[in-house]
Amino acid sequence: MFADTKRRSRGAGVILTLASALALAACSTSGGGAKPANASDAPEKSDKTFAATKAGDPVFASTYKPFPNVATAIRGATIYDGKGGKIENGVVFMSGGTITSVGGPDTPIPADIAVFDGTGKFVTPGIIDIHSHLGDYPSPGVEAHSDGNEATAPTTPEVWAEHSVWPQDPGFSRAMANGGITALQILPGSANLMGGRSVTLKNVPARTVQGMKFPGAPYGLKMACGENPKRVYGGRGRMPSTRMGNFAVNRETWLAAIDYANEKDPKRDLAKETLVGVLKGEILVHNHCYRADEMALVLDMAKEMGYKVSTFHHAVEAYKIGDLLKENEVCSAIWADWYGFKMESYDGILENAAFLQREGACVVIHSDDQNDIQRLNQEAAKAQAAGKRVGIDISDATVIGWITLNPAKAMGIADKTGSLEVGKMADVVLWNGDPLSVYSRPEKVWIDGALMFDAMNPKTRPVSDFELGQPGEGDVK
Amino acid sequence: MKALSHLGLTLAASALALSAPAMAQDLVVTNAKLVIGDGSAPIEGGVVIVDDGKVVFAGKPTPGQTFSTDVLVDAGGAWVTPGIFATVTTLGLADVSAVDESNDITAGETPFSAALDAATAINPTSQHILVHKAAGITRATTSMLPAGSIFAGQGAIIDLDGDARPVMQARAFQMINLGEGGADRAGGSRSAAHALLRAALREAQALVGKPGIPETTEIGKDDEVLLSRFDAEALVPVVTGKQKLYVAADRMADIRAVLALKAEYPKLDLVLVGATEGWLVADEIAAAGVPVIANGLIDLPETFEQLGATQSNVGRLAKAGVKVAVNAATMQDPRRLQQVAGNLVALTRMPGATGLSWDQAFAAISSVPAEISGMGGKAGVLKPGALGDVVIWTDDPLEVGSVPTTVFIGGVKQDLTNHQTRLRDRYLDLDESNRPKAYDW
Repeated sequence: MFADTKRRSRGAGVILTLASALALAACSTSGGGAKPANASDAPEKSDKTFAATKAGDPVFASTYKPFPNVATAIRGATIYDGKGGKIENGVVFMSGGTITSVGGPDTPIPADIAVFDGTGKFVTPGIIDIHSHLGDYPSPGVEAHSDGNEATAPTTPEVWAEHSVWPQDPGFSRAMANGGITALQILPGSANLMGGRSVTLKNVPARTVQGMKFPGAPYGLKMACGENPKRVYGGRGRMPSTRMGNFAVNRETWLAAIDYANEKDPKRDLAKETLVGVLKGEILVHNHCYRADEMALVLDMAKEMGYKVSTFHHAVEAYKIGDLLKENEVCSAIWADWYGFKMESYDGILENAAFLQREGACVVIHSDDQNDIQRLNQEAAKAQAAGKRVGIDISDATVIGWITLNPAKAMGIADKTGSLEVGKMADVVLWNGDPLSVYSRPEKVWIDGALMFDAMNPKTRPVSDFELGQPGEGDVK
Repeated sequence: MKALSHLGLTLAASALALSAPAMAQDLVVTNAKLVIGDGSAPIEGGVVIVDDGKVVFAGKPTPGQTFSTDVLVDAGGAWVTPGIFATVTTLGLADVSAVDESNDITAGETPFSAALDAATAINPTSQHILVHKAAGITRATTSMLPAGSIFAGQGAIIDLDGDARPVMQARAFQMINLGEGGADRAGGSRSAAHALLRAALREAQALVGKPGIPETTEIGKDDEVLLSRFDAEALVPVVTGKQKLYVAADRMADIRAVLALKAEYPKLDLVLVGATEGWLVADEIAAAGVPVIANGLIDLPETFEQLGATQSNVGRLAKAGVKVAVNAATMQDPRRLQQVAGNLVALTRMPGATGLSWDQAFAAISSVPAEISGMGGKAGVLKPGALGDVVIWTDDPLEVGSVPTTVFIGGVKQDLTNHQTRLRDRYLDLDESNRPKAYDW
């Protein structure tokens, strides 16, 4: 299921822009409006000023802390380091939650640590999905859980995906156990031109979304080209109803954001704060865009307004403009084989990734799907094979980069994870065979050095609250 | 024009690769890693002989065996299999599913339901058919999906050769939904779906042996007709067991309710579709002798009727003795059947999971779905008398990235060109220094 199909129409909603700090504080008072909650331990004063946290200060901050880990080494395995390197009969050593050393068979392993024999097995960095809606469109996919598209206005940069994430979505554990996913970006849907902020998560079970938030990861802004916004709003007789309308609304919105950015002491505006974050380069643009010609127009709009696009998502036609994407240093997040389900996907071909790689452009394989996120390794392998058939040989080690370091770069977390390099987070997958084969599965998954899944131990399979006491609880899935 | 006319050959002789005449009916493939498709192990050095569009021999040749042929193909040790049989699909019923004008898969506005006949809408040159042929699928069942009623209408069995006659068998089965989807379409409750089904079958029963204008009433609710007389007539072959009844159901309780229909209507020829929680009632399904076209890799409680979803569903059903094929409907496109089957093999190495052996897994996308569809011995298998659908692969056909190099349907070599291959060829480079890409074709 791609997010497009999950777009639900909603009743006419009201966009509440919290126009002033006073209004925000008022919302936090309890009952009859007697006294502000944050003033409860102080004597009431009539000259008390109310203030929300300053714009840009961390809010809804990550509370994630790595789980206890023991120093661990894997030896004898084939290692793909995520940045294009391959080591036969290699050693990965992790301690204190980070990668301590990576190397060949002679790499020293301390005497008193846990050692796994990786003979015949493979090690990769944790797999990263740059495009997921887990938590925002969780299972079960009932209407009451449809929290991914604030489809009540064509631009809603004020909404944050993290406020919709249901941490009990069983999809997170499937992505870990079957797909080796250790980090993922949850994006708002594509009904809107500007759908809102994304959030990057560590794929760890937690009671709160804050317990999953990837420490230090930048936010993203989800944007969408093409059919979806014009259909959703055109269908309601309002702008945009055409592709030219899409661009007009986007440009007007950016111009207003630029004005806001230039104001000395602007009133807080959640929508514009997000857009200013983009203009400053602090928030990364993830733009749903299928067609090559539209991507080219977006690149010019970005130049006009002074921002940069990190990644085009669902870039089905990226192969037609690989040179342009390379020149602009934009990644393409793509499927291996989705095609033909909507008009703007009609020209999907299996060679998309390989043709981009041929041009030296950045390739990311993404899922947008609670099932495909469990098999990103297989999707990457399909795309690799298609290239090989037309004479574009791409090494296995490079292909693993499509689902590890490249998405990490595009999400702004490559300094922390995405490759097996000393000092990086020990997000590691031990596969029971070649990860680019259909016959292989993750055997063990470490996140920050903590063993979070072990196929050999049923009790290490996370079971969400929703699944307790229901048919199949704790099954292998 | 035949390149060679009934040349006597000895198999031991080195094979000559000859170009295939367009209308070739005779074909010999030698030096194959041959998969029969019936669940038996691959045969090294296998040979397939097709004569007049049908398989006359497939297996290990006896030394000195001779034959005559128009076309000789040396597979060079490559995997050679029967064509994949995809069920249930919507192939040929839409160009782009989200483009309403091009989409014949659902018909929510029609007064008709059970009478709808997918065979009347198949477009044999749909790009989906051409793309899926290039993926090694040579035969498929194709059906509309329920929209205005619990009845999807009557599905067809098609071939994918893109010629003027795609329909092998029209009205091969009726399909209904007796889960959440059926409940919704019947008026809001599973009870309503079951009442509608029984009312419909009773109407059909009353029409048995009464050809001509049926004298029966319409089943209506408010101003909506749920079952017209034409629809009731279409259900006569269902109630008499002459047409299969595919029932989509996922929840354990719903599956039991489907099996119980046999007690009321013993002639029903039932097939379960989906059956996400089938593994929980595998023994009961096996005892009832009802085959299952089962979801392969669904492992999330995407609905309340799929709480027990697991990738081990197919393996556990097979282990209980159920005849089980992989459902082509619950994947991005049916061309992923090979990948899903490969994943079922992968499960055999996961503690606690139940998968399929490679041989079983391939059968679950070839001979088994063909048998369930009434094409046993004819499709999805390379045995004497079967249709000459032969596929030669780049690699292990269940491995991701493996694709056919050559596809024969009914003994005829297929053109594997389609919109996607043409785009691929155009964009092998981005060079427009002389002319725009539009001139490159």
